[in-house]
Amino acid sequence: MTTPLYKKTVREIRDAVRSGALTAVEVTEAHLARIADVDPKVDAFTQIWTDEALAQAAAVDAKVKQGIDPGPLAGVPVGVKELICTRTGKTTCASKILENFRSPYDATIIQKLDAAGAVFLGKVNMDEFAMGSSTERSTIKTTKNPWNLKCVPGGSSGGSAAAISADECAIALGSDTGGSIRQPAALCGCVGIKPTYGRVSRFGLVAFASSLDQIGPLTKNVEDAALSLNTLCGRDPRDATSADLPVPDFTKALTGDVKGLRIGLPKEYFTEALNAEMREKVEAAVDVFKSGGAEIVPVSLPHTDYAIATYYIICTAEASANLARFDGVRYGYRNPAAKTVEEMYVLSKSEAFGPEVRRRIMLGTYVLSSGYYDAYYLKAQKVRRLIKKDFDDAFEKCDFVMGPTSPIPTFEFGAKTENPLEMYLADIYTISVNLATLPGISIPCGLTASGLPAGLQLIGRPFGEETLLRAAHCYEQTSGTTLGDPPIA
Amino acid sequence: MEFEAVVGMEVHVEINSKSKVFCGCSADFHAGPNTNVCPVCLGMPGVLPVLNVDMVNKSVAVGLALNCAISRWSKLDRKNYFYPDMAKNYQISQYDLPLCQNGWIEIDLDGQTKRIGITRAHIEEDTARNTHTIAGNQSGVDFNRSGVALLEIVTEPDIRSAKEAFAYLTALKQLLQYLDVSDCNMEEGSLRAEANISVRPVGQEQFGTKTEVKNVASFSGVFKAIEFEIARHIKLINSGGKVVQETRGWDADRGITVPQRLKESAHDYRYFPEPDLVPIVVDEAWEQRIRESLPELPAARRSRMGTQYGLSAYDANVITLSQDTANYYERVVAVGADAKKAANWLMGELQALLSAAKQEITDCRVTPADLAALIGLIDSGAINGKMAKDIIAEMFETGKAPQDIVKEQGLSQITDTGAIEDIIRKVLADNPAQVGQFRSGKEQVFGFLVGQVMRATQGKANPALLNDLLRRELSRQEN
Ligand SMILES: [Zn+2]
Repeated sequence: MTTPLYKKTVREIRDAVRSGALTAVEVTEAHLARIADVDPKVDAFTQIWTDEALAQAAAVDAKVKQGIDPGPLAGVPVGVKELICTRTGKTTCASKILENFRSPYDATIIQKLDAAGAVFLGKVNMDEFAMGSSTERSTIKTTKNPWNLKCVPGGSSGGSAAAISADECAIALGSDTGGSIRQPAALCGCVGIKPTYGRVSRFGLVAFASSLDQIGPLTKNVEDAALSLNTLCGRDPRDATSADLPVPDFTKALTGDVKGLRIGLPKEYFTEALNAEMREKVEAAVDVFKSGGAEIVPVSLPHTDYAIATYYIICTAEASANLARFDGVRYGYRNPAAKTVEEMYVLSKSEAFGPEVRRRIMLGTYVLSSGYYDAYYLKAQKVRRLIKKDFDDAFEKCDFVMGPTSPIPTFEFGAKTENPLEMYLADIYTISVNLATLPGISIPCGLTASGLPAGLQLIGRPFGEETLLRAAHCYEQTSGTTLGDPPIA
Repeated sequence: MEFEAVVGMEVHVEINSKSKVFCGCSADFHAGPNTNVCPVCLGMPGVLPVLNVDMVNKSVAVGLALNCAISRWSKLDRKNYFYPDMAKNYQISQYDLPLCQNGWIEIDLDGQTKRIGITRAHIEEDTARNTHTIAGNQSGVDFNRSGVALLEIVTEPDIRSAKEAFAYLTALKQLLQYLDVSDCNMEEGSLRAEANISVRPVGQEQFGTKTEVKNVASFSGVFKAIEFEIARHIKLINSGGKVVQETRGWDADRGITVPQRLKESAHDYRYFPEPDLVPIVVDEAWEQRIRESLPELPAARRSRMGTQYGLSAYDANVITLSQDTANYYERVVAVGADAKKAANWLMGELQALLSAAKQEITDCRVTPADLAALIGLIDSGAINGKMAKDIIAEMFETGKAPQDIVKEQGLSQITDTGAIEDIIRKVLADNPAQVGQFRSGKEQVFGFLVGQVMRATQGKANPALLNDLLRRELSRQEN
């Protein structure tokens, strides 16, 4: 039996399309059919761009026919998170306030992917404005975890992770502010990488917390992540915070060995907070690296306990300003009952922002208020520097840090929505990475007894994506822990 | 009780960069509403600001000209408040680490100079403009101005009167124009001045309660508004009242200030560092590059030109008020005109013509070379001063060279002794009574006779020659 087209990797698709062995239209049609088949159960996609996708695919095929280079991602089907601006379709951020918003421009990464020959199948679900860890905060629909349809896919890039896990596309774009790529990747059993802050242009990513946000790909395997980064990374003159560094061919880093690499295991990541089964999986992964010739070094990240508090001060402060523009003046929802300017603001925002978004705007407004600024925002900035220093110190002893991505596997719908603090704990291992502006990757490291994926997180030095990809790829090739297919038809 | 006023000024200057400060849009806000806009200056979702380097260069130039220290490291901050003219509902500005700090500027007070301290000059973005239609009960927002580069310049509370405030604005505008960083057009809002005013008993160290005056559209308006506020404060205090700290608007029609309802009613701007921009790092080499590119500044030019051309302090001041006038003057002298005469003609006749026509010297049709030629014609005796005044008016009107006007209109001065003598004899014969009066000692009648002869020559007689010949003829006839 041949592998169905929708199971093919980025590498396989683009090689076949470039050589003419497959047409981009065939690939696109296969994925659209897969979406039609499984998405009614998974609900990852919020918009499906059938006509536009087929037209893009046809353009790729025309290039191949004419002998024009169709690009390094020729014919690769992509799902786009709802908060990345596209001229095609809507950019809703899964919020009522932007439910009919159409962006007048394409994000830089959309332009890059388009130029690379990728085909956009549509948009995928997320927590409203990326604020959440379960995608339950979406106002559009409820995305399910393909491994257990009663459970959440993680978040905020839950639609991206579920779409990859259910083989609905080959690359799903996500964004990661505190774990929003890595945590859903872990919960859905796929690969998700958050590049170093500044690696990928943020122009066209609707901002949640500007100093933490970073775009990254979710893919079926590590090599696909490397191929995606080859196109996504690089300096963008429209993003002053993007790094002016050369972009390597990330696939060259995939040597297949980890000999001599020093892996730091932070003791703070292996406490009671970590679910026993997850711990077991991670420890088994450590053994795989050990037998591959890597050296395991104990390290300490002493300020880990302060990460959540620090994160929720900084991200809410920035969000309170970033979301101020959704005021009903130029675009977005405007409450028709408003009679004054102030009413327009208050009524529109109160009605069209969901409870978690309102909570964070209020928190952020509070921590920036005069009289509280020093105690909260300024102190959080200081602790942020200490957290970064923890990693700098650890990297004196090791080449990357490793641990679990999430303390727990996926959970049932509604289990944590009533208690925001409990939800915030889902990100305890991921948010430090954003605070320290480091790269982090989550890869699958087995299934729990009840058949739920566990995720292994590798955290690298600034712009050390190559080391992470090398180690993750080696693990993927040698561990023998492939998850197999999720139990959806 | 005697009071003294304490005034500090905040001036917003629109810097004449071609594009806006954080996007590539043209900064020309005269275009049709919402035509010079893009997703960035409209505050669309997902956009990011990128700082315009030209704005940094020009701001550093202003800072250096104001004797400020240029921060090696400064940052931009978000100033949060809601208003429909704010695209993002925060303004990108500089809060605690401005680009330029601790400078001063010298102002001229009837020949005396005084130093006004400059607290800071910082980069920020302009807001959009709201317009309200009463008929349709609608409001519109024009975002052409949203994101135009602004430099805010703040003084120390060193100003003591409306007159000093006026002198400060004059000196600042002159400096900005010399640097060619702004058109400083107050009516169009490219220069906006706000004054913080308080009064205190003479000798008291502590400041009184201040009021802030906004919405002033001219320098004279600033002068009047400050005078009004000072008087209002003193009157209030003398009558046992208290000054309320508030923002007041200047009502030019009524000549009074009125309390203003603030658009940003909440005063907590919740400033925090702008995470979308990297710090502004101006190293020594960069600062030096700008320093070397600075033009000769007003004070230096004033003193150089005074010495070089032997001008009085007053003349040097007037001529260097604008760089264009000073350049014009130096060109007139460069082609050989006498320095003092050039100054007189420039500040006198030519300036009068320019003022009457509401023209700038840069648009003037009288070239520096032609003005020099005109002065040369007087010096050589070819024409007299009175003729020259008519000729310059013609030059101003048509742009013709003075020699051509003289030729075309036959305006050459009569220097032919015989011809003038003939006319003198005729005038004396026609005015026997006045001749008699002169002979009986009435010297002032001489002027009348000169006038008669001049009129008979249609003003063309060489005045010195005429004088000599008339005296000679009167004494000859007597003998
Ligand atoms: Zn613009």
